[in-house]
Amino acid sequence: MSISVKETTPQPEALAAAQDAGAIGPDRDQYLAMDLLRFTTAGSVDDGKSTLIGRMLYDSKAIFEDQLEAVERASRQRGDAYVDQALLTDGLRAEREQGITIDVAYRYFATPRRKFIIADTPGHIQYTRNMVTGASTAELAIILIDARKGVVTQSKRHGFLASLLEIPHVLVTVNKMDLVDYDQSVYERIVAEYAEFAAKLSVQDMTFIPISALLGDNVVHKSEKMPWYDGPTLLHHLENVNVGATRNLVDFRFPVQMVVRPHQDLRGFAGQIASGTISPGEEVVVLPSGRTSRLRSILTYEQELPEAAAGDSVMLTLEDEIDISRGDMIVRKNNLPHVANQLECIVCWMSEDPLNPDGAYILQHTTRQVRAFISELNYRIDVDTLHREPAKTLQLNEIGRMKITTTQPLFFDPYRLNRNTGGFILIDPYTNVTVAAGMIRRRARALDEVVSTEPERSRSSNVVWEGGDITREMRERRNGHRAAVLWFTGLSGSGKSTIARRLERRLFDLGLQTAFLDGDNVRHGLNGDLGFSPADRKENIRRVAEVARLNFENGRLTLCTFISPYHSEREFARHLLPANRFIEVYVKCDIEVAKRRDPKGLYAKALRGEITEFTGVSAPYEEPQHAEIVVETDVQSVDDIIDKIMLELTRRGLIDS
Amino acid sequence: MSIYLRSHLLQLESEAIFVLREVAAQFERPVLLFSGGKDSIVMAHLARRAFWPGKIPFPLMHIDTGHNFQETLDFRDRLMEQLDAQLIVRYVQDSINQGRAVEETGPHASRNALQTVTLLDALAEFKFEAALGGARRDEEKARAKERFFSHRDSFGQWDPKNQRPELWNLFNGRKHQKEHFRVFPLSNWTEMDIWQYIALREIEIPMLYYSHSRDVIRRDGMWLAASQYIALEDGEQLENRTVRFRTIGDMTCTGAVESHAASLDDIIREVAAARETERGGRADDKRSEAAMEDRKRVGYF
Ligand SMILES: Nc1nc2c(ncn2[C@@H]2O[C@H](COP(=O)(O)OP(=O)(O)O)[C@@H](O)[C@H]2O)c(=O)[nH]1
Repeated sequence: MSISVKETTPQPEALAAAQDAGAIGPDRDQYLAMDLLRFTTAGSVDDGKSTLIGRMLYDSKAIFEDQLEAVERASRQRGDAYVDQALLTDGLRAEREQGITIDVAYRYFATPRRKFIIADTPGHIQYTRNMVTGASTAELAIILIDARKGVVTQSKRHGFLASLLEIPHVLVTVNKMDLVDYDQSVYERIVAEYAEFAAKLSVQDMTFIPISALLGDNVVHKSEKMPWYDGPTLLHHLENVNVGATRNLVDFRFPVQMVVRPHQDLRGFAGQIASGTISPGEEVVVLPSGRTSRLRSILTYEQELPEAAAGDSVMLTLEDEIDISRGDMIVRKNNLPHVANQLECIVCWMSEDPLNPDGAYILQHTTRQVRAFISELNYRIDVDTLHREPAKTLQLNEIGRMKITTTQPLFFDPYRLNRNTGGFILIDPYTNVTVAAGMIRRRARALDEVVSTEPERSRSSNVVWEGGDITREMRERRNGHRAAVLWFTGLSGSGKSTIARRLERRLFDLGLQTAFLDGDNVRHGLNGDLGFSPADRKENIRRVAEVARLNFENGRLTLCTFISPYHSEREFARHLLPANRFIEVYVKCDIEVAKRRDPKGLYAKALRGEITEFTGVSAPYEEPQHAEIVVETDVQSVDDIIDKIMLELTRRGLIDS
Repeated sequence: MSIYLRSHLLQLESEAIFVLREVAAQFERPVLLFSGGKDSIVMAHLARRAFWPGKIPFPLMHIDTGHNFQETLDFRDRLMEQLDAQLIVRYVQDSINQGRAVEETGPHASRNALQTVTLLDALAEFKFEAALGGARRDEEKARAKERFFSHRDSFGQWDPKNQRPELWNLFNGRKHQKEHFRVFPLSNWTEMDIWQYIALREIEIPMLYYSHSRDVIRRDGMWLAASQYIALEDGEQLENRTVRFRTIGDMTCTGAVESHAASLDDIIREVAAARETERGGRADDKRSEAAMEDRKRVGYF
């Protein structure tokens, strides 16, 4: 990693040329027209990444004498015989002391044509996480290959990650050509081998350049040692590569960041256009409300704009008064994003704490944060071999394919088509740390859809349903009332059991046929083999719903009390029964009241973290939207509630008054 | 350039505005730290733009070391009026009077380190959850890995291991009670970008940035402005020179450079030709190589 002082200093000609090219004193027209390229650099340790970056920075005068001096001073203090060039780029003392770099560092330089932002990602253990972070904003990736070592596993890994993150331009530099005598055949062998591998990836543009970072060949200046190479130099390529290629200019997407109300008559929606373009007068739709309007104006400080495009931070106003808040998305009427709460994604794990497949996370996507959990972990991808492997979890730096369910739908496009509306992060709700980065591939099919097209009920084909001679109708006539399932849903401690038991007593005393199923009694026997993962919860409800249905078929008023926090679970149970025979009773109660009641001491445990996945604390509760009966135990008395339910059962013709 | 491609300055502007708005949206009580220098002037203008035609939805706060150029203070007050912004000032002198901070002594005495005390106290006083600063990653090596949203624990300290990866433009500002964030919308700007942007948007800056003649003292390889806060040491003498400042901060440690740059274009040309970073002119950075990192750990801007 060490090079001598003499060698770090570039040849004076290089500097002079950079100056002639206008690096000194660009005039106003020139710098106002400069564009921007963000790129990332990747290489295994010692491939020459620091040397290359140091050279680019120095040649473009982004490294100053006082910085160089500081590095020399530091090297002397450490007693080094050489100036360690890595010191120019290694920032934090902790890293310097350990002699490693552990984080993405950003560096800047400019030529008269273009400003460059380098996301410098070190190639150590945390490599994948760093490269994914750096790549997320990059339009180009430089992959270094040491000419002596040729294509190594790491080189492939870098290419894979670049393609996974949809970086449009990949520039493969074969470095240390001076150490292989600038041999064309060495270079060509490497190019052929890498190109063959890269054919498997979806990279739009891949370019190869033979260089010597140390001596400067083909970095800024064309090398005289490699007359056989007639392509551009590295800097020339960086300066001329087409920028903006990842921007989607077709699909207008505007995630609302905040609403600005300077006065009564103006409501401005502030945000950065994620993709597409828009002009005043165009018809727009607001998600999730679905309300339509027209764009009235695009405000900026200087002026109103006739048109704005992806990347612009603007303030939009609409013709109509529509209720809009942060996290909503304004789109063009005839070009809608996907709206779904079940997503198929590729996720890169970035935390020391492995993925908890049963855990709840916060998913941040555009300007929204929603609760999310992993509904299925499909496989892990070995980043070196690209093989898929079964996985139970993901560790730091691992990449996997999974299905994620969110409590509210997201408005998204596949990441491949739109980086800004297809990427998301996962946040641990306890530590608040960002634990993963994800890319949405497409929408996963929702449970409801699956249920309606191919019923989820498992049937053994050789068992014929034995209704017997006694039908439900006969039983109902004998009983003098109809059969039905009363499904009580609500938070733990909301009062479901109290109400259901009292109600059953009332029905029983009236001589009606009843049955009672509750969360705890089925957990002990029937469902004793199930835990609390999403899959197990789903199975728990499936069995209970089937048992409820059998009781129903036997003519009973069946009372079920289950937290059943997910809409999809309750819908599954509903789906098993004829219309009007499934009565959803939402036992509503303020979460704080429920916590105070805490009859079984469960909230206390959940808050201490002894129970994970606890509804209302660490797992979501999706409020019923269409419950037949809603009762509020924190405002109504139990007697009132029982009366209300009895009345409703009568009204529905299930029992006589 | 395609009509939809934006220049580097417009892209940096848009990014900074996005970050400013994220702060306003994600935090209940943000504050913009205003030092009086060109970076914070640019920040104040960006904030104006971000919420236009609304007002800047958070106050600006100046931690006054008491060693400011009078021009800086006059300029500050005029700017607040122009931007229709709310300003809070907290004084290092008050922290000293209250015994919260102890004045350094000797010829190299500086109040830079003391600022941290006043700042942390003020953040606590107003329960600010996010403090916007104008720091850039190109200023110093230790900053190259700094995040846009930089997390500080409940003691205001910065732990390099506890920083969150930042992907795309998704900034995670979730935090526990008492923790806060420093947010740096200008992270991706360089000194040159700042100057070019000042030219692009025709932003007014204090005259100190332009060359003028002034009594100065040569110390540690830089020119310090003569003032009541600086005692002459043996062998030092006042000289009159044509100078300008590349950064404006505490008078006791902000060095001037000899310069004839009298216009923005001159300055831009000069910055392009410079062989020293702007911080090369700051005495406090020279104290130790890891100076910046240490100050960051204890909560410096
Ligand atoms: N001969 C030769 N040596 C090089 C070249 N590029 C880098 N090196 C040397 O390779 C070693 C590792 O380089 P460095 O930049 O620290 O690698 P990094 O770990 O990828 O950052 C150093 O001793 C460099 O001087 C090159 O093009 N030619």
